[in-house]
Amino acid sequence: MKILVGVKRVIDYNVKVRVKADQSNVDLTNVKMAMNPFCEIAVEEAVRLKEAGVASEVVVMSVGATQSQEQLRNAMALGADRAILVEAEGEIEPLNVAKAFAAVVEKEQPGLVILGKQSIDSDNNQMGQMLAALTKRPQGTFASKLVIEDDKALVTREIDGGLRTIALSLPAIVTTDLRLNEPRYAKLPDIMKAKRKPLETLSLADLGVTLKSHCRLDKVESPATRSAGIKVSSVDELISKLKDEAKVI
Amino acid sequence: MTTLVIAEHNSKKLSPSTFSTLMAAQAIGSDIHMLVAGKNIAAVAEAAAHLSGITKVLCADADVYEYALAEPMGDLLVHLSTAYSHIVAPSNSESKDYMPRVAALLDVGQVSDVCAVLSADQFKRPIYAGNAIATVTVLDEKKVMTVRASSFDKSTQQNDQACAVEMVDFIAQNAVSSWQSDDITESARPDLASASRIVSGGRGVGSGENFALVEALADKIGAAVGASRAAVDAGFVSNDLQVGQTGKIVAPDLYMAFGISGAIQHLAGMKDSKVIVAVNKDEDAPIFQVADYGLVGDLFDVLPEMTDKV
Ligand SMILES: Cc1cc2nc3c(=O)[nH]c(=O)nc-3n(C[C@H](O)[C@H](O)[C@H](O)COP(=O)(O)OP(=O)(O)OC[C@H]3O[C@@H](n4cnc5c(N)ncnc54)[C@H](O)[C@@H]3O)c2cc1C
Repeated sequence: MKILVGVKRVIDYNVKVRVKADQSNVDLTNVKMAMNPFCEIAVEEAVRLKEAGVASEVVVMSVGATQSQEQLRNAMALGADRAILVEAEGEIEPLNVAKAFAAVVEKEQPGLVILGKQSIDSDNNQMGQMLAALTKRPQGTFASKLVIEDDKALVTREIDGGLRTIALSLPAIVTTDLRLNEPRYAKLPDIMKAKRKPLETLSLADLGVTLKSHCRLDKVESPATRSAGIKVSSVDELISKLKDEAKVI
Repeated sequence: MTTLVIAEHNSKKLSPSTFSTLMAAQAIGSDIHMLVAGKNIAAVAEAAAHLSGITKVLCADADVYEYALAEPMGDLLVHLSTAYSHIVAPSNSESKDYMPRVAALLDVGQVSDVCAVLSADQFKRPIYAGNAIATVTVLDEKKVMTVRASSFDKSTQQNDQACAVEMVDFIAQNAVSSWQSDDITESARPDLASASRIVSGGRGVGSGENFALVEALADKIGAAVGASRAAVDAGFVSNDLQVGQTGKIVAPDLYMAFGISGAIQHLAGMKDSKVIVAVNKDEDAPIFQVADYGLVGDLFDVLPEMTDKV
């Protein structure tokens, strides 16, 4: 079984974003970029399925700027076999990304697609579900456990109040939650090896995808900041503040 | 122009998030219908019909909608979509599944986690874990959106006179996905998403057994229990208690954080709480920057003392 994995280049999760002075967007100049943490988990899961003999090939794919090659190489250092970069500048809306993925799914016919549940920049949480709809494949989102059994994927995911397990007939689309696995670090020899693994570059036009604009970004602001509170010195003082001042208990 | 609001419910009652979503829909300024989908949900549909501001309730009652699986829910909504300019759902684990499907099947975008409605096509939503707020204009004719319930008021008026309840006869076919099992943690405590008080514990709590200290205070003041991701990952408590960017977004009247450092991903989920209390033995912990009341101290001393005295 071939597995296709999505990889997105985003701001490193440790970096605190700043809004540009003209409020046109957040400022990403000279900011450390990295693989979206949920995509790291998707890559790890696919590589584990290959190591377990369930998958035969792991293909990683990104839709984004040329620099996304860095994240694709990184994914290959972690064990992916080859990479596809669909070059596109700027912020690409989830439906357009899903269309590019759908075109590659059509070409590559993977038995499973694994994607992160959301990217930590736009926080949309849409792409996997949209891809499932476009390819008419079943979806299992927010997987915290994934088991492949014959022609089925068993996905355990969070719901309000607990966990739910659903069965999907393959081929299917799965998106990852944080606790699905603990991604490994790339070892130096593997980073060297990854440089020689195949990385194919395509354009949206090659895939027959035309960008369609669904949403216009008008303005980006900093959220309202909370005014700094006070430090209390004892439990008694805390309780009296909560009772008399804040009136919340 | 008519808006369709999708009700969140547990087959018995409407969730408070449904009311918040109705408030958001009212700000859009059109006629509002509400969809109640599931199995054996006549009572919920009836309750919805008494909500003020709604002119019709659609009731889709069938086996195939029982677990709100994405594929049949998506097909149901696409089937209903022709009559609506806006399709709006509270942002929850089910809508996160089927709403993007609906959008893709309709070839439109989706606005996730709307936190303010500026007009019928302009909305605000948080990005970068809530570190920035984007104002966006939807260019598509049909608007598919999910609403961050904690950003809207949940006080809804009831009418004595019920509006019409219309049965939906469309039954989606689903041969590709199926429910297997649920593993639900039974809890007598208030639900995290709608609780007015929350007591949360982080890695500092140390173990699952120690979490009893957090629970004791929560029970004393009628609060829900929450946790940081580190506490969840360490197995102290179950997944569904996680508060944060990738957990639950909460905005109670009182949020108390014990042994939580205050990483941005955690703050993203609770910084809209009315009053925040932080107890941490590290006086430089970032959580103190958002706390209204901070107490530098050892949670193993503070928790029992508070539970005793409060
Ligand atoms: C993509 C992504 C998504 C994430 N999503 C979330 C999310 O949704 N929610 C979330 O919470 N995190 C999330 N995280 C993780 C987040 O970055 C932090 O790692 C996490 O919130 C830390 O949890 P913590 O504060 O409990 O642990 P720590 O950061 O380890 O802090 C423990 C704190 O306890 C204090 N302490 C220890 N012992 C005591 C004591 N005896 N008394 C008093 N204080 C004590 C310490 O001083 C310290 O401040 C996410 C991370 C990533 C990368």
